[in-house]
Amino acid sequence: MAMAWVWTGMVVLSLVFGLLTGSLDAVANAALEGARSAIDLSISMAGVLCLWSGVMEVMSACGLSASLSRTFRPLLRRLLPNACRDEETLAAISANVSANLLGLGNAATPLGIRAAQRMSRGCGGTASDELCLLVVLNTASIQLIPATIASVRAAAGCRTPFDILPAVWLASVLSVAAGLTAARLLSRAGRSRP
Amino acid sequence: MSLSSLVIPVLLAGVASFGLGKRVDVYGALTHGAEAGLTVLLRVIPALVGLLTAVSMFRASGAMEWLSGLFAPLLERIGIPPETAPLMLVRPVSGNGALAVASDLMYTYGPDSYVGRVAAVMLGSTETTFYTIAVYFGSAGIHKTRHTIPAALAADLTGFIASALAVRIFFGT
Repeated sequence: MAMAWVWTGMVVLSLVFGLLTGSLDAVANAALEGARSAIDLSISMAGVLCLWSGVMEVMSACGLSASLSRTFRPLLRRLLPNACRDEETLAAISANVSANLLGLGNAATPLGIRAAQRMSRGCGGTASDELCLLVVLNTASIQLIPATIASVRAAAGCRTPFDILPAVWLASVLSVAAGLTAARLLSRAGRSRP
Repeated sequence: MSLSSLVIPVLLAGVASFGLGKRVDVYGALTHGAEAGLTVLLRVIPALVGLLTAVSMFRASGAMEWLSGLFAPLLERIGIPPETAPLMLVRPVSGNGALAVASDLMYTYGPDSYVGRVAAVMLGSTETTFYTIAVYFGSAGIHKTRHTIPAALAADLTGFIASALAVRIFFGT
């Protein structure tokens, strides 16, 4: 429903601004142009997007996501010690993290949900510190190869669409670190209050 | 020849050879994955039609500039280009909306401009926060989310500031 408000708000504001600034001709044109450009964009990003989805599939067929998820286990044991005492939860979480890294969002979400369901057992509807941490980890994107963005850049005429990777990695690491730190600090602050 | 033009051919050849060495049907997996990519795209197209219509009306009417200008004093102080304000507003709520706004920024300012790059990095380093929280807690039956939302928004804000910073570090303005 949120998007219904956002969409209506944008269209109504455009009409109001168009009337006030006398740019109604441009607004009318833009509506048709926008719809056309959505298909243009989709067609021109389709190739790169499909290629990278294919490469990701090859990587995961080679067992790359399985070995990635093994690499993350020691780190996750330290980050979420209680949840990781349960071997099956640990498996789900580490597979969730590695699927996120490879940009396999469709695979990551069900794995993360399975972990969240196991972690929320017997908590009476209140999120534990570790469950908050897992969700924060999932809301902060960690992606090795952001294929969708690269394909939009390519569609917009960029000749080196992947040159932003180091910048994306740096920004992602800082954002994840900030999320984890904030979760730690806030959980402590919440507990000291009665 | 630059180093970055080496990355893609080497990655393609490397992954394919590695897979073949492990007796994986590399070509079958590639086409299967491409098909999955097409399915994802098909699901996105209707949303893009709706959203890009609204976004380009919003820009043509001058409302986009007004919105950016509203946040400009604050954003310039923390080193974020104010043109990206609409992207930051829509990012936590809608993934497709963010894709539409970011692609509008890349088309308007150019994919290799400072604004275009920052928009791309912001899109890549953050997630659809509220959607993710709703999906996870909804399916786990959690009503009291405690500090999850503030912590996740702190991560988003840091991601936005860090995106602008990272683009300045790697590309300059």
